Amino acid sequence: MTGRLIAREVRRGLHGTAWLPVAFFLLIATVVPFAVGPDPRLLARIGGGALWIAALTAALLPVERLIEPDRADGMLDQLTLWGMSEEAIGAAKVVGHWLTFGPLLLLSAVPGSFLVGLDGSALFRSLMSLAIGTPALAALSVAVAALTSGLPRAGALAGLLMMPLAVPLVIFGAAATGDSNSAALKLEAAVALLMVAGSPFVAGAAIRAGRT
Amino acid sequence: MSHLFKGQALTLVRGGRLLFEGLDLHLAAGEALHVTGPNGSGKSSLIRLAAGLLNPNAGRIDRVAVSMADESLSLDRELPLGGALAFWNGPLLQQAMTAFALDALAHVPVRLLSTGQAKRATLARVMASGNQLWLLDEPLNGLDRKGVEELDAAILAHRKAGGAVLAASHLPIGGEWRTLELGA
Repeated sequence: MTGRLIAREVRRGLHGTAWLPVAFFLLIATVVPFAVGPDPRLLARIGGGALWIAALTAALLPVERLIEPDRADGMLDQLTLWGMSEEAIGAAKVVGHWLTFGPLLLLSAVPGSFLVGLDGSALFRSLMSLAIGTPALAALSVAVAALTSGLPRAGALAGLLMMPLAVPLVIFGAAATGDSNSAALKLEAAVALLMVAGSPFVAGAAIRAGRT
Repeated sequence: MSHLFKGQALTLVRGGRLLFEGLDLHLAAGEALHVTGPNGSGKSSLIRLAAGLLNPNAGRIDRVAVSMADESLSLDRELPLGGALAFWNGPLLQQAMTAFALDALAHVPVRLLSTGQAKRATLARVMASGNQLWLLDEPLNGLDRKGVEELDAAILAHRKAGGAVLAASHLPIGGEWRTLELGA
């Protein structure tokens, strides 16, 4: 059943709004040079951070469609009756969401890096940092979606909840785009691992607690 | 006789209100129990309790694998009905679709189904699961006379094959049922 659920998540993600976070990501990357000016040295210094802010805000967009529609439609209940634990549902959601979010975001990070003035080895480092970071962003999205599902104005609340939780990821992720000698990439990987491993349990507990 | 469902001394409090206390509930193979009672007496809560989606405040439940049909559809609206039902991977899907006259609707997108057709789809999912114990919450809602006949026939066949049904409804259901009145 887990495989079927992952396949369904991918289908639904691609069917609907998978391009929306990507378009949002590129839009923010486009706006940055307008906001801070076209100075290449300045852009190269802040480019990695700008990309991460773009990725984080893009990750917020799909939060409302990840868990709430399935909760409201009884899908989560039926999956439980079919023998899936709530944690397995959370894990399948993380994998399914990452498959439609991560690769597309990485792809668009190439033009995005050029827009904020990163090239050469800086481009490679920003791609590495985002490749490690996107699973964590997907995991965080699913956990926050489960925590806020069923609440009024869940979208705004999800933003308030997700931004602070993503701070460690952004600190190390953005640092990893800047300096190839620092241990930031390893620390980012550690934070990402913690989020990916913890998210199914948070989501599972939230799904159970949200049952009426 | 072995029990498919055995609830002992079940107590459920919801929203600060005691719905029932010390309720014993047994269902053996071939049995059917009709839970009745006024609105808000805890019929749906009892179904969700039996499904394991709610935990009793006291008492314990032993049961076999169950299938549940309630007011929620749980089918992907953008898919054709056949594909949406197939997601649930029920071993008896073909028989179930025929039993509830859904064959002709297999290619219709779920979002275009009428209330009664959607209800039949949720009942077909229960039948397709092949599980021995069916939990039906207000199964007659939205069904036309033909739909009610299909449901009665499906329940009868299921009980003959050794299954059991726990149904909550404020309407009478065809066939022989034990009844349990809540909130009396």
